[in-house]
Amino acid sequence: MLEELPNVPANPGRSASLPSAEAALAGAAPTSTVRISRQAEAYYTASQVQLIFWRLRKHRLAMISFFVVVALYLTAIFSEFLSPYDYTARHSQFLYAPPQALQFIHEGEVSLRPFVYGYAMERDPKTLLEMYTRDRTKPYFLTWLPKVEPYKMWGVVELDRRIFGTVEEEGSVFLFGTDSLGRDLLSRILYGTRISLSIGLVGVALSLFLGIMLGGISGFYGGVADVIIQRAIEILRAFPDIPLWMGIAAALPPNWPVIRVYFAISIILALLGWTEVARVVRGKILSLREQDFAMAARLAGVRERRIITHHLLPSFTSHLIVVVTLSIPAMILGETVLSFLGLGLRHPVSSWGVLLQDAQNVRTIASYPWLLIPILFVVLTVLAFNFFGDGLRDAADPYSD
Amino acid sequence: MLAYLLKRILLMIPTLAIISVISFWVINLPPGNYVDAFIAQMAGQGQIPDFETRAQMEQMYGVNQPIYVQYFKWITRALRGDFGQSFEWRRPVVELLGDRLARTIAISLVTIVFVYTVAIPIGIFSALHKYSLWDYILTFIGFLGLSIPNFSLALIMLYLGFEYFNMSVGGLFSPEFENAPWSIARVLDFLSHLWVPIIVVGASGTAGLIRVTRANLLDELNKQYVVAARARGMPRRRLLWKYPVRVAMNPVISSAAFILPAVVSGSTITAIVLNLPTTGPIYLRALQSQDMYVAGAFILLLSSLTVIGTLISDLLLAWADPRIRFGGQK
Amino acid sequence: MENVLEVKGLRTHFKFDEGIVRAVDGVDFHIKPQQTLGIVGESGCGKSVTAQSIMRLLPRSANIVGGEILFRYPTGQNRSEIVDLAKIDDESNTMLDIRGGKIGMIFQEPMTALSPVHTIGDQLIEAILLHQPITKRAARDLGIEMLRKVGIPRPEQRIDDYSYQLSGGLRQRAMIAIALCNRPVLLIADEPTTALDVTIQAQILRLIKELQAEYAMSVMIITHDLGVIARMANEVAVMYRGRVVEFADVNTIFHDPKHPYTKALLRSIPKVDAPRTERLSSIRGTVPEPFALVPGCPFHPRCDLAIDGVCNVGAPPALLGVGGNHKVACVLETGEKIEGVMSDVKSIH
Repeated sequence: MLEELPNVPANPGRSASLPSAEAALAGAAPTSTVRISRQAEAYYTASQVQLIFWRLRKHRLAMISFFVVVALYLTAIFSEFLSPYDYTARHSQFLYAPPQALQFIHEGEVSLRPFVYGYAMERDPKTLLEMYTRDRTKPYFLTWLPKVEPYKMWGVVELDRRIFGTVEEEGSVFLFGTDSLGRDLLSRILYGTRISLSIGLVGVALSLFLGIMLGGISGFYGGVADVIIQRAIEILRAFPDIPLWMGIAAALPPNWPVIRVYFAISIILALLGWTEVARVVRGKILSLREQDFAMAARLAGVRERRIITHHLLPSFTSHLIVVVTLSIPAMILGETVLSFLGLGLRHPVSSWGVLLQDAQNVRTIASYPWLLIPILFVVLTVLAFNFFGDGLRDAADPYSD
Repeated sequence: MLAYLLKRILLMIPTLAIISVISFWVINLPPGNYVDAFIAQMAGQGQIPDFETRAQMEQMYGVNQPIYVQYFKWITRALRGDFGQSFEWRRPVVELLGDRLARTIAISLVTIVFVYTVAIPIGIFSALHKYSLWDYILTFIGFLGLSIPNFSLALIMLYLGFEYFNMSVGGLFSPEFENAPWSIARVLDFLSHLWVPIIVVGASGTAGLIRVTRANLLDELNKQYVVAARARGMPRRRLLWKYPVRVAMNPVISSAAFILPAVVSGSTITAIVLNLPTTGPIYLRALQSQDMYVAGAFILLLSSLTVIGTLISDLLLAWADPRIRFGGQK
Repeated sequence: MENVLEVKGLRTHFKFDEGIVRAVDGVDFHIKPQQTLGIVGESGCGKSVTAQSIMRLLPRSANIVGGEILFRYPTGQNRSEIVDLAKIDDESNTMLDIRGGKIGMIFQEPMTALSPVHTIGDQLIEAILLHQPITKRAARDLGIEMLRKVGIPRPEQRIDDYSYQLSGGLRQRAMIAIALCNRPVLLIADEPTTALDVTIQAQILRLIKELQAEYAMSVMIITHDLGVIARMANEVAVMYRGRVVEFADVNTIFHDPKHPYTKALLRSIPKVDAPRTERLSSIRGTVPEPFALVPGCPFHPRCDLAIDGVCNVGAPPALLGVGGNHKVACVLETGEKIEGVMSDVKSIH
């Protein structure tokens, strides 16, 4: 349905030598009406955030990734509740047990309630090693919210139910198998989500702080400070990151409490990470500083700091968010690598990297390939962040398209 | 051009100096000094040196002198090729370094060639067929390459190789060819092992480069000079390669600045996982046992490698882009 | 057909997610041999798209959806055939020969129209070699001569310069050299002076005029600057919102314009000798946004003479003759579709 709407503004940047509408705007009242569709109207009157959000919505992959990231962080927050077992609990009868797949058909009958088959021990005739096989006589049915041993979520809230578990008491449900000490891998991975994802945030927060500060100084004040900071950025960028991280991380004393190690690792990661943020900030400030609207503010007498915060900063907030979003996966990867090598986090704090320590050599992987499952989570997380960040960047860039 | 070359080389010197300082700082990070660690190691083997020997060692390594003197001693010796002793291996660091560094450089170079030869055509193809099915598939694979950490990819390939192809994936040679003389068979075996680290290390670099190429080419395709060239009567095909691709190559060349460190750093960790006889595994051992002269030397050399590589890429860029040479505005 | 170029009913539409932009929606004009046609209109009226349509340089999102572009294509000694450029394949041998060989084009911003990493000589020689079967050395000599002809000093050295090493005026001259090196029969100049200083503008325009005489070619000059039109054009087509609304020779346009838009344009030129307190005249309202569909005459929302029920309904007015080669697209002038109404209006007054 079309409505009579007042005039929408003409294209900016029209030439001055053909006198036309611009001069008219001063005195003339808008007398002509033009019909445009409601859709076009909404498009012209939306705010910047809305515009970005709209363009983002069109990008389906980015939206899916966004929800994946949210899901991951929710998992991180509620990991205890979502895990079928405590992540440190050792099930000594089930060392290196293979994953139990969800089943729906038992002895020819379809069961709406999923279940898993229990384990039977066998000895492999060739290697004489003990092996677990599926025991089809022992179905363990799963149920939502079973009552379990009380545990503390986040160390404070006492709960006695988990999201899913077996009906039978002696039943076990190791959807991802167990490790060398009989600990449920799924629970450990879910707990690892909390560690791996949060270290990304802390590291990025530090980079952001350093990057904005140094990039801002560099871009806004120029001169000697700029030259020094620029060189520093160049040098740091030239360093191969993993060896440098390894070198510094190896120097952390083994007797440090785990919390300190956690923060030390995130500082180490941020040491090389701030350069990206600083580059973006400096670049943006340099280009914006000379633009007319900044000049106008300065001429109006606005104080410098206010210029930076109120005028320049909002222009590139969107770019900052993009850089941040794209830096998080680098931090997560960095921490994973360090922990995998044994130079990063250690027990009892177990990130995905720590979990992968168990999967260091061919023999172990060949015999117990499910130990590699944490890799899937790493890849999923990094992919999701990358897709989302990419989509965000495309949406925030007003000149693409 | 020459002036630019000289300028860049001169600028590189302070960079290298700072890198050496940082490397030295890394050397001294672990608590205790070199002599203590040495003595501790000797003690662990049941030999406790007497006071005199200890004093001699302290004198030689200058551990009781101010830090900048120690640095000076270290760097002057390093410039002459003496990187100190590895007390774990009881050999001069140079001996440990030699072959391994050469192999690291070799693998890195081959990987970089691989990355560029694969990524650029894919990036161009992707840009030209924007939003087509192939574009999406290739972009997705590219993202995958970026997201799988090097070591994970190495682990996965180890597993696949072992489980399904029944080959020994780790190392550079199969056990039977390890010390054999060079022959066609040995070369083939070598190549069959080499492609694994190249793919593993090159994966993320390739992915990144594909995206850079694609994005830059897309930018250039819309520019006025492309239209103007068409207006001269140039057929599309030829025009594509002579103009937008050529211009888009400039940022691709300068991307070496981040690909090179990524490759060196990736090859370190890949070498550890795949147990290649390059710098990676030794570096890790050194860090774990606090054999710091070895570690320091490796950081110094690896970083210098990337800096020099970056310099080369900058020079290439200057040669390719006249705007930089003449300092003209864009 | 005597004319070098005849455009009839050209329609070029752009397809976007948000809708269709009818950038060119009914354009008719002709260009006589050795004459200059000026196309004038506001930004966004479709003049550049018209030029791109003729040269088949449209982006992927655009398509010629109707009309004819009849070009007198010289095929040999005094022989030529009429080719409809709208219909042939844009990568066909004919089109590749025409572009740069028979029709040359210069652009508004010479800095962006020249490759940043190739010398101007490289691009000039390439243009020559694309259309003339001569050696590279001969092409280079020819190129140097062209540069000299367009007034670039020390052309033997300048030919190896990069575009940013030349000043704005010299860059535009180089572009002219590239466009004319193959002696085309038609030169399309798309806002050739908009990006230049006023003093340089005059030089460039003079250069174009000289070369036009020397090469006996036609020129199609696109601009929004009425001064350029006055100086260069023999015939003028006034465009508004994708349509030609008035066509006449240049004197008629300036002294006896008939379309309300043309009249308003001429009225709104500030005059140096007007009294200081006199208000600047302007056309009320603004150009509607590109996706909008304006029924009837595209100019009616801003026209003081618009007749309700006639000018705002139905098809846009056709471009019809009102004497000589003067054509107007206004019902008030051509009497189209309003015989009955016209007499009613007259009887009211």
